[in-house]
Amino acid sequence: MRVVIAEDSVLLREGLGQILGRFGHDVAAAVADAPALAAAVAEHRPDVVLTDVRMPPGFRDEGLRAALALRAEHPDLPILVLSQYVEQSYAADLLQTGGAVGYLLKDRVGEVAEFVDALDRVAAGGTVIDPEVVRRLLSRRREHSPLERLTAREREVLALMAEGRSNGAIARALVVGDAAVVKHVGSIFGKLDLHQTSDDHRRVRAVLAYLREAA
Amino acid sequence: MTSPWRAMAGNPLRFLLSAWPWRSLAYLVSGLVTGILWLELALVLVVVGVLLAPVGIGIVLLLCVPLSAIGLGAVERRRLRLLDRRPAPSPHRDPHEAGLRPWLKFRLRETATWRELGHAVMAGLLSVAALMVPFVLFVGGVLQASAPMLVGHGDQIMYGTAGTVDTRGEAWPVAVFGVFMTLLGFYAMTVAAAARAALDRALLVRPVEDELVDVRASRARLADAFEAERRRIERDLHDGAQQRLTGLIMTLGLAKLDGGGEWAGRAQDEARAALEELRDLVRGIHPSVLTDRGLRAAVESLAERSAVPVEVDVDLPGRPPDAIESAAYFVVAEALANIAKHSGAGRARVSARRSRKALHIEIWDDGTGGAAVGGGSGLQGLADRVAVHDGTVRLSSPPGGPTILRVEIPCES
Repeated sequence: MRVVIAEDSVLLREGLGQILGRFGHDVAAAVADAPALAAAVAEHRPDVVLTDVRMPPGFRDEGLRAALALRAEHPDLPILVLSQYVEQSYAADLLQTGGAVGYLLKDRVGEVAEFVDALDRVAAGGTVIDPEVVRRLLSRRREHSPLERLTAREREVLALMAEGRSNGAIARALVVGDAAVVKHVGSIFGKLDLHQTSDDHRRVRAVLAYLREAA
Repeated sequence: MTSPWRAMAGNPLRFLLSAWPWRSLAYLVSGLVTGILWLELALVLVVVGVLLAPVGIGIVLLLCVPLSAIGLGAVERRRLRLLDRRPAPSPHRDPHEAGLRPWLKFRLRETATWRELGHAVMAGLLSVAALMVPFVLFVGGVLQASAPMLVGHGDQIMYGTAGTVDTRGEAWPVAVFGVFMTLLGFYAMTVAAAARAALDRALLVRPVEDELVDVRASRARLADAFEAERRRIERDLHDGAQQRLTGLIMTLGLAKLDGGGEWAGRAQDEARAALEELRDLVRGIHPSVLTDRGLRAAVESLAERSAVPVEVDVDLPGRPPDAIESAAYFVVAEALANIAKHSGAGRARVSARRSRKALHIEIWDDGTGGAAVGGGSGLQGLADRVAVHDGTVRLSSPPGGPTILRVEIPCES
């Protein structure tokens, strides 16, 4: 898998390169700012982009904006965004662009295997949202919110779903059977009024429903 | 030193023996000298200027008239010190550029220059009249006061057709009247001088309102500087300590992968806890979401973190200036923290709107009420923050609730 990395800190850029190399991924380019990222994507056509939110020259949300611009240009390009802080509005913007996106707190990289797994899932078209964002969304109770209708177990399942995990992975994480997970997922879809259309996208839409709820 | 007005209102004997009448005399006489000198200079400049106008140099001479009034103004402000010890700052501002031409252009555009010209013309004409009345009273009074002496020498004092005083018996009442007139002359002199000084101050000295504007501007500048400093600290921490800690967590992750074992895992947990603390600290200094996305996203982020459910209703066209946006953010942050700590509320709402003149923020909660400003409470700090921008904070918090906090920060759009 060919990856383009955009990260202004040399330390982290090199570290990310090493980690990806170790897991057999090919770092096509590692750049330090948003314009260089756009150029690198045009040149290397990577399988996935890994970018920091805050980057030069303004040290604001250049990385995120670059990611959104890239998605507008290449709707299928998988992008994983790393951030020092997780903000729900950033996550919502990314999710609006469809699947194959990820938004993670930077230090999740420390759990190296899980991080690479998340990157792989994004590259495969999945959606990965930082557990911290999901936790905050779920802890935010509002009146008349469909969130209120979910049971505690269903919340847990949704949280894992939002992290981009498959039913099998969720079953392992919660130490329950696959069938139980399927039942919970179905129940979540039902309570959020997400009817059967194309099953894959319902998972994204379930997370989106929460984000909209919160916005 | 009191003012001449107050001296005149006090004990007459003390006033007459004080330096005031003499200072007033000095003020009026020196004013007459400067006024007449300026009038003559201006007259020459105008006449020669008009005559030479076709040659071009005449225009320059004419322009010298207002400029000479600036010089007179400076002298007059110094002269004010004879009667008025209050500071008399020049109403002129510093030109934006150096050099003679920009200076000339700048001065000729200032209203202060033309006020000074008006003052110069008036001072030239009025200074004679201002001295005339006291002078007549004074000289006439002294002459009459010496009536018995004059009559004693065989002189006569004639009052036109009204009569002639030529005996000592007639002279005494005249003398008493003369003394009275002389003393009145002292008062008239001081009144004329004080009135002239008040007029001079009004026309030549920078108005107090301007000073007030300056103070306010410097307070806002200070707030801006403070704000910039917060941002700098936030960025330094972000690009320094936070990046390094993240790098450390990542390196420890790799170490774990290489069989670093239990210790690497523990070290990673420690580093993560440190990063978490640092993150909270940095958010308290200046949240990056505020810089990046503005007030609405930042308030939503606060609401997400709040223990009490918060409804956010922020609808602003465009973004207010940085310092005001920041003040508004910290007001909301402080208010929500108060609500979580003290109110016992089950629900809260933050709304923000912007009118042409101000940013209006309202924070409502359904708590127990009884909130009060003062006593070092968070609300006091909040009010202080708003006061820097000349804003107002109003609070309604009856026992039993609800509590409504309304904040208004002036901001022109």
